[in-house]
Amino acid sequence: MDHSVQNKRLEKCKNFFTENRPFIALIVLLTFCMISNEYFRSPQNLINITRQVACSGIAALGMTFVIIAGGIDLSVGSLLAVAGVAGVMGMNEIASPVPAVLAAFFIPLIIGIIGGAFNGFLITIGKIPSFIATLGTLSIYRSLSLYFANAGTVSSSNEIFREVGNCVFLGIPLPTWVFIFLAFIFAILLKHTSFGRHVCAIGSNVSAAKYAAIKVRFVTFMTYVLAGFCSGIAAFLFSSRLNSISSTNAGLSYELDAIAAAIIGGTAMSGGKGSIAGTVAGVFILGIISNALVMWNAPVNLQGLVKGAVIIIAVLIQTRRTKN
Amino acid sequence: MEKPQVGRFNTQEDHLLQINDLSKSYSGVRVLSGISFSLPAGSVMGLIGENGAGKSTLIKCINGVTAPDGGQIIFDGNSYSGMTIKKALELGIVTIPQEFNLSDHLSVRDNIYMGCERKRMGIFLDHRKMRQGAEALLESLGCSIDPDALVSSLNVAQKQMVEIARGLNHKCRLFIMDEPTTVLNKSETEKLFQVIRRLQKENVSVLYVSHKLYEIAEICDSFTVLRDGEYITTAKTKDFSTKEMANLMVGRELKDIYPPKMPLPSPDAEELLRLQDLSLASLVKNISFSLAKGEILGIAGLGGAGRTELAEGIYGIRKIVSGKMFFKGKELLPASPEDAVKAGIAYIPEDRQKSGTIQQFHLSWNMSLISLMEKYCSWGFIRKEKEKKSAENYISLFSIKAPDGNIKMNELSGGNQQKGVIAKSLDTDPELFIFDEPTRGIDIKSRSEIYFFIRTLAEKGTSCIIISSDLEEVIGLCPKVLVMREGKIAGILEQEKINEKEIMYLATGIK
Repeated sequence: MDHSVQNKRLEKCKNFFTENRPFIALIVLLTFCMISNEYFRSPQNLINITRQVACSGIAALGMTFVIIAGGIDLSVGSLLAVAGVAGVMGMNEIASPVPAVLAAFFIPLIIGIIGGAFNGFLITIGKIPSFIATLGTLSIYRSLSLYFANAGTVSSSNEIFREVGNCVFLGIPLPTWVFIFLAFIFAILLKHTSFGRHVCAIGSNVSAAKYAAIKVRFVTFMTYVLAGFCSGIAAFLFSSRLNSISSTNAGLSYELDAIAAAIIGGTAMSGGKGSIAGTVAGVFILGIISNALVMWNAPVNLQGLVKGAVIIIAVLIQTRRTKN
Repeated sequence: MEKPQVGRFNTQEDHLLQINDLSKSYSGVRVLSGISFSLPAGSVMGLIGENGAGKSTLIKCINGVTAPDGGQIIFDGNSYSGMTIKKALELGIVTIPQEFNLSDHLSVRDNIYMGCERKRMGIFLDHRKMRQGAEALLESLGCSIDPDALVSSLNVAQKQMVEIARGLNHKCRLFIMDEPTTVLNKSETEKLFQVIRRLQKENVSVLYVSHKLYEIAEICDSFTVLRDGEYITTAKTKDFSTKEMANLMVGRELKDIYPPKMPLPSPDAEELLRLQDLSLASLVKNISFSLAKGEILGIAGLGGAGRTELAEGIYGIRKIVSGKMFFKGKELLPASPEDAVKAGIAYIPEDRQKSGTIQQFHLSWNMSLISLMEKYCSWGFIRKEKEKKSAENYISLFSIKAPDGNIKMNELSGGNQQKGVIAKSLDTDPELFIFDEPTRGIDIKSRSEIYFFIRTLAEKGTSCIIISSDLEEVIGLCPKVLVMREGKIAGILEQEKINEKEIMYLATGIK
């Protein structure tokens, strides 16, 4: 009798650790970095980290939905660039400063949604595998941003725009607030709405979802629109902080960071399973590693190696878990 | 428990496989305990038991997928405390799984020689030799499959033969067949039995797992019964009737598993569904029939006769290209399952794993899947309390063996899963319920419960269409049977005219 109770406790303990792996990893990593490096643990640095991860983190939120529904979106970084370039250029056309800032907000948002919808259209109506469709649009969107910006940087001299991007509320910068707010909304969307349930159903078993009268194409389409929406928001935050956007560098390899964050956070690449909280943990794990490496004066060119190793380890652990 | 008798057969030395006091637990739960029996060389033994009796675990112990906790497996005189997949293959133990392990994009020949390719000069594949070898093997099984054909172009029966041929090519001495006929129709089953008899002559043994007791009676020399992980008995099939076998399986007297038959609807009964010259893009042509309120209609036919396709046309999954469909007096052409569900049509797909359930989801999530938006959401937000309550209701209504709705679907047995699938569709309050192979691969008790449930549905005025390859089921349940052949209606049988012979005549086109 005693034995079985003990076994059950052990099992519960084990389950707790497997289910909360990303968060435990995050806490361990954070504690370790804070103890080992005095620059790292300064409050300003910690706040900086949250700002540094905000843009790719927002992209990761949308990516989580796409991956859970069984797809992938490689175009989020390029879409960010083209949306940001269009936003700043549009803003520069408007003389009065306040409407200009509004334009700089809504233009990237709309372009992001259109770009996401185009991806969704190719994948659901065109029936092109998501990897290939978004590989194509990755190239298309980047090329458009280069074309419009003449492969250079588009800047604005709108001071309000810059102030919005750099404003700090309760000691925490705006991009961080937006990231937290969106993460909260997306978490509710995934867990507590029929849309979120349908996304999981489609990613788990598309055939069963179809027979269960779920609008498979519409729901899949909407996940790409969400990803595009995230790119648009990130484009606004990104460009307003610097008051400019580089058509070549903006959002470069964001798609990889976003996918990596989702995977580290426990989202299954095969679809059907994942959580927003996990993705947020994944975003911070990646952000802390990049930041800590700088603080430790690690060679810049080796940062990618560490990041890659973390992703591989995360996936290794995930596959071992599914085997068991 | 009394120690089971080993060696009911005359010559002990002839035993190819002996299982001795085998036991296995999964995370503290005993799934097998004290299993002992033996299988003579060149004989066919049935392995029967309800779902959860431990058949699959026993198979996994024998073919090396899992290791037993205790006991021995004695194969060909050598004793092993456990198998590995590799060792089992080397010894010649081959399992024909329900889901075949063939590479769809390779040819039959390549599949048969997979892992033991013939080579020239040790490097280059000897296609000619492999082709001849594959041809000879397939011929010896009495089936005409082109060794160069792609596996993806074969039907399930042919794929099964390729699996068997591959096993023979690996010098197989014991075939374990897990529910081999669930995917086969009557004539294909007959052919499989011929092959099994042929194997038997070549001194190959077969461990034959099936729910279909009449098959056990037909093909097996002996049978072993498991119940709740324990060994019950091994006996010769000729000494037992199928009814006695069933009683051994469930451990109590089993009354008739079918409810009393519904009468035919009166001629002036209200009509629910009428099809007029309905045709789909492929296979199904010019189907016309009408279905009254509360009627149970069986649809029989061979595999590939278009029964599932017709149902999927009515459910909006396949496109109706010509003809008309009237539902509740109004014309209805469902373009998607959403349209069909909205109109009041429910469909239980034939493939429970692939299309009926989401295995990684909770039971309650599965049961609320179709009606989630209509019944359990306000403003798009899921009302989890309501979902939970409804799950509890269905669990007790169908007596599903689950502590609550939070159990993962893949932890339930086939019968309980199927009840969950039916609950899912029932939750949409349908007026027409189409069951496609409603009891495939599930235990007798759940089967009977599902039959009684269908009868209750019909009494309450819901019309039911039963598509089934299990003739006994169609005959036992339906007062009217429509037989399909090659996408068309071959004939309609009513009441006492319904019998196995008549159905087969129509299905095969003899009549």
